[in-house]
Amino acid sequence: MGQLSTTAFLISSALKVLGVFTIWLLAVAGVTLAERKVAAWIQDRSGPNRVGPWGTFQPLADGLKNFVKEENLPAGASRWLFYLAPVISMFPAFVVFAVIPFAAPLATPWGGVNMVIADLPIGFLFIVALGSLGVYGLVLGGWASNSKYPFLGGVRASAQMISYEVALGLSLVPILMLSGNVSLPGIVHQQQQSLWFVLPLLVGLLFFTISYFAETNRLPFDMPEAESELVYGFHTEYSAMKFAMFMMAEYSNLIIASALIVTFFFGGWDIPFWTGDDLRYAADGSIAGGQSAWWITLLTGLAYALKVGFFVFLYIWVRWTVPRFRYDQVMALGWKILIPLLVVYIIVLGAVMLLLEGAGITFGTRYLLWLTALNLILMLGIMFWLDRSRIIVGTGWRQMRPQQAKPRG
Amino acid sequence: MLREYVPVLMIFALSLGTALLMVIGSHIFSQYRPTPVKSQPYESGIPALGDTRERFAVKYYVVAMLFLLFDVEVVILFTWAVVFKRLGLFGFVSILIFLLLLVIGLLYEWKKGALEWD
Repeated sequence: MGQLSTTAFLISSALKVLGVFTIWLLAVAGVTLAERKVAAWIQDRSGPNRVGPWGTFQPLADGLKNFVKEENLPAGASRWLFYLAPVISMFPAFVVFAVIPFAAPLATPWGGVNMVIADLPIGFLFIVALGSLGVYGLVLGGWASNSKYPFLGGVRASAQMISYEVALGLSLVPILMLSGNVSLPGIVHQQQQSLWFVLPLLVGLLFFTISYFAETNRLPFDMPEAESELVYGFHTEYSAMKFAMFMMAEYSNLIIASALIVTFFFGGWDIPFWTGDDLRYAADGSIAGGQSAWWITLLTGLAYALKVGFFVFLYIWVRWTVPRFRYDQVMALGWKILIPLLVVYIIVLGAVMLLLEGAGITFGTRYLLWLTALNLILMLGIMFWLDRSRIIVGTGWRQMRPQQAKPRG
Repeated sequence: MLREYVPVLMIFALSLGTALLMVIGSHIFSQYRPTPVKSQPYESGIPALGDTRERFAVKYYVVAMLFLLFDVEVVILFTWAVVFKRLGLFGFVSILIFLLLLVIGLLYEWKKGALEWD
């Protein structure tokens, strides 16, 4: 068993690309249905239940309907940008997954196959670079419509997304500090060997999740479409398939967010407490760390899907539970809380890591347990400090409580 | 290796192709019968007032400028973080000075009110 020949590599890549893309499209359709089903479940109603058993074919019916509906072009809209915006919005949402490993590597008669579409040495930067392209679709869509609500939604979206881009980038720094490489299969492998990074980077996970909620414009931060203020935000003027494409981009980003949380903090496709799946693909095409088998690849793939599914559910759950922030509160949270706290966190983490190295503890389970203890303490501190209307105006419990009526005497 | 980038090109082509196919396909299959009223920009039912593309709040520009500064900072932090363990104390102190300068900048913006929305 050795490295794949060029032909075998191209064929396996094409198969992986087609397979993942198909599953991705199905998953996006599934999440649109899941959103409505979970919403219905939380609000104690039935949700879609007419098309197929339990409404399973609802996304199919929606797709067909959107495909043949009349598409509207508002007067005075920039025609080309108006048509281009959904494409720009959808494109990055569908390609970021290329660098995320989704199962254990598989040995085939032609050589080892790594279960990631492209094992780039710069996988991390690929995600950051392409992930931030999504904002163009929103801004162009809002601008091209030549209508006031979409325009406001567009500028809000741009300001919010670039603000949280900074917080998101900063919350990725601790992962890089701990793992010391930018290849995603490498990060997954390190978590398999020691602890999942959710423990030693608990505070990082908190900040990462908050920033990604804002970055995907999900509900506590869905300023760009705030339907009680901006009708439907940046895609108010869109109809038919172009509207559906914005929706697909949104749900695709949702899955990417969950996949990234799982990859960075929850061990990727690793099955916990089982060493049989600690396989690692080496550059020469061999697979180290154990015997590769098709069922291990399948099991790890399922474990990955399960973990991602849980975080998708978490996203939907939060959307139907938490009310929306005001715009100034969202911006204040990004600039005045997340960024300073992340800078402090990076410094504290760096200092403690240097101390540990100085004390002769090398990277391993013990090292990570020390960091876990640190993170638990920091987490407690944050919980105590939690903003009570000191920095973000109007979020304090004091204002929420009705004024005590003075006893009449 | 360079051949690892071939699948990236594949998925680029596939996603772009799918997206374009959706736009073009729905353009061909759907009907489009515009009327002056139908193609008016939506403004809660009343006729549109004034032009949309006027000047808007300078706040957004300020945020964009701040973003440029801090995003460059994040990119520099990425490169530092990857080699953090190898650089050791020297790298840590250097980045402390770097962060200090930026935090001073952030505090300045904060006190100047660039982060306030009203």
